[in-house]
Amino acid sequence: MLKDQDRIFQNLYNDKGSDVSSSQERGDWVNTKEITDKGRDWIINEIKESQLRGRGGAGFPTGLKWSFAPKELGSRPHYLVINGDESEPGTCKDRDILRFEPHKLIEGCLIASYAVQAHVCYIYIRGEYFVDGQKLQAAIDEAYEKKLLGKNAAGTGWDLDIYIHYGAGAYICGEETALLESLEGKKGQPRLKPPFPALIGLYGCPTIINNVETIAVVPTILRRGAKWFASLGREKNTGTKIFCISGNVNNPCNVEEEMSIPLKELIEVHAGGVIGGWENLQAVIPGGSSMPLIPKERCETLKMDFDACVEEKSGLGTAGIVVINKDQDIIKCMARIARFYKHESCGQCTPCREGSGWMWRMLERMAKGDATKDEVDMLGDVTNQIAGHTICAFGEGSSWPVQGLLRHFKKEIEKRNNLDPIVQKKNNIPYLVDQHLLDKKNA
Amino acid sequence: MSLRRPAKDQPESFEFNASSLEAANVIVAKYPEGKQQSAVMALLYIAQKQNNNWIPLAAMKYIAKFLDMPYIKVYEVATFYTMYNLAPVGKYFVQVCTTTPCMIRGANKLVEACKEKISENECELSNDKSCSWMEVECLGACVNAPMMQINDDYYEDLDKQKTLDILDKILNGETPKPGSYRGRVNNEPENNRKTLMNLKNA
Repeated sequence: MLKDQDRIFQNLYNDKGSDVSSSQERGDWVNTKEITDKGRDWIINEIKESQLRGRGGAGFPTGLKWSFAPKELGSRPHYLVINGDESEPGTCKDRDILRFEPHKLIEGCLIASYAVQAHVCYIYIRGEYFVDGQKLQAAIDEAYEKKLLGKNAAGTGWDLDIYIHYGAGAYICGEETALLESLEGKKGQPRLKPPFPALIGLYGCPTIINNVETIAVVPTILRRGAKWFASLGREKNTGTKIFCISGNVNNPCNVEEEMSIPLKELIEVHAGGVIGGWENLQAVIPGGSSMPLIPKERCETLKMDFDACVEEKSGLGTAGIVVINKDQDIIKCMARIARFYKHESCGQCTPCREGSGWMWRMLERMAKGDATKDEVDMLGDVTNQIAGHTICAFGEGSSWPVQGLLRHFKKEIEKRNNLDPIVQKKNNIPYLVDQHLLDKKNA
Repeated sequence: MSLRRPAKDQPESFEFNASSLEAANVIVAKYPEGKQQSAVMALLYIAQKQNNNWIPLAAMKYIAKFLDMPYIKVYEVATFYTMYNLAPVGKYFVQVCTTTPCMIRGANKLVEACKEKISENECELSNDKSCSWMEVECLGACVNAPMMQINDDYYEDLDKQKTLDILDKILNGETPKPGSYRGRVNNEPENNRKTLMNLKNA
């Protein structure tokens, strides 16, 4: 278990206050000027050496992302945008940072803005977190009062203004380009990439977008050194991470732990174990709803980091761990996730808009046992028609959980759904069958 | 995508009152000159707050003029985002999260409670027109599941009885205390917390 002094978010449970003076006791804002005095290149290098990877789900190296910002300030201003549109089912880490550790985030914004030469920073918070956003606003107001923001922020000689922008209940706005569209006052529909936001982003200007947790850990990394951060976890999966453990566990909670901690330890030690004991575990979704589930046998040894989860054909995502025990109907659980994606598709790309509803309706019928034998393969076919055929990663996010279900629980679905196909194979009526299915022998 | 329909009965006109106008001007100042369209989301919230929790079409037209942008662009935004209510929802708007992490902790009991106390169907006003409820997608408080949101506040760690009690209170016009209803502190493990103990005991 990680030592308490190595935990970055000391106030995760709000044992102490979240105002400036109690944050200063925890080490925030103490020597911000000394850090910025070392220069942009030093900051970006240090973040690169710490091997910090973005905490928003994709795990892109943060230092590398910052280095994409143009070195010279041209005619267009640079922007820093913080992504706090935390909507992934199973994830609730950013909320605690917004309400209990706002000064870690604000100081991180100042340092990151300095590193990418931005004078304006927008923090995009999901609309439902209005109360938590108000707490962050209070912290920002206090920071302005104490001259930690505004002109010559915290004595660093850098001017920075931070504004909060509330979303309004659209999951897709967590996708970075959809978030920019939303910030510009449009529908949150993702843009094509390239051009990447680092060159053409908000209002067509160079924009760096980072997750709340990513930015909030930056000041601590720079204070304690990249070596310290890199010594936690393992190569390329360094540092600490807030894990949200929800679902069928005895004590669901948020906890900050070292990367690469075994999943079993997280569940047994911190979350008080699976309801009904470890043997009652059915499956775990390791990184928020868009990551494929992992069945119990694989959970025994799984280490929670980016690369280990990918080896299991899943992903760490946002580290929102949803534990599902054997009392739950796994098909029903996945059908509900499919309904989520059907509701949240932005409607821009046809495969996703139509396919997400298709998957949901098929899974609902499969949960009831109302599907035919051949539909199980057809469902897999639908997921393949969506993933990779959309502008943003929502297509993958919506089809991966279904693919995960098919990979590990296909027998269960087949057992429940054994109606005869409506169109028998012997009656070859091409116009009744999807053409692409005819290519396969089992269609 | 979600299906969104504006209400049939629409008021003739809409205008910001003095306090809304002041708030709107503060918001517009957040964005660079000429980019005032960015303020449309916040202004829709202000209109929604002023107009008893829902946005009439007249308000969208007003905001379009206010921000010097086409009406259709405001309409697009208001119908795209699900937190803008396009029809009356009552003074208390109850949103029950039923996505998987809440579902497997028993969110259907909360839905039952809402059906008993408020109305048989979702998005339907209660008898006294003060309250309505709906099922929503993940509200981002998964470790506090099952939970619901009433207006801006989160009510967490619920079960059916606790939900009934909360709904009784709001139907009587009271505002129940938000937060966890199992007495836990924020998002810490309820029993047997193992981290940051020196801070807890300090």
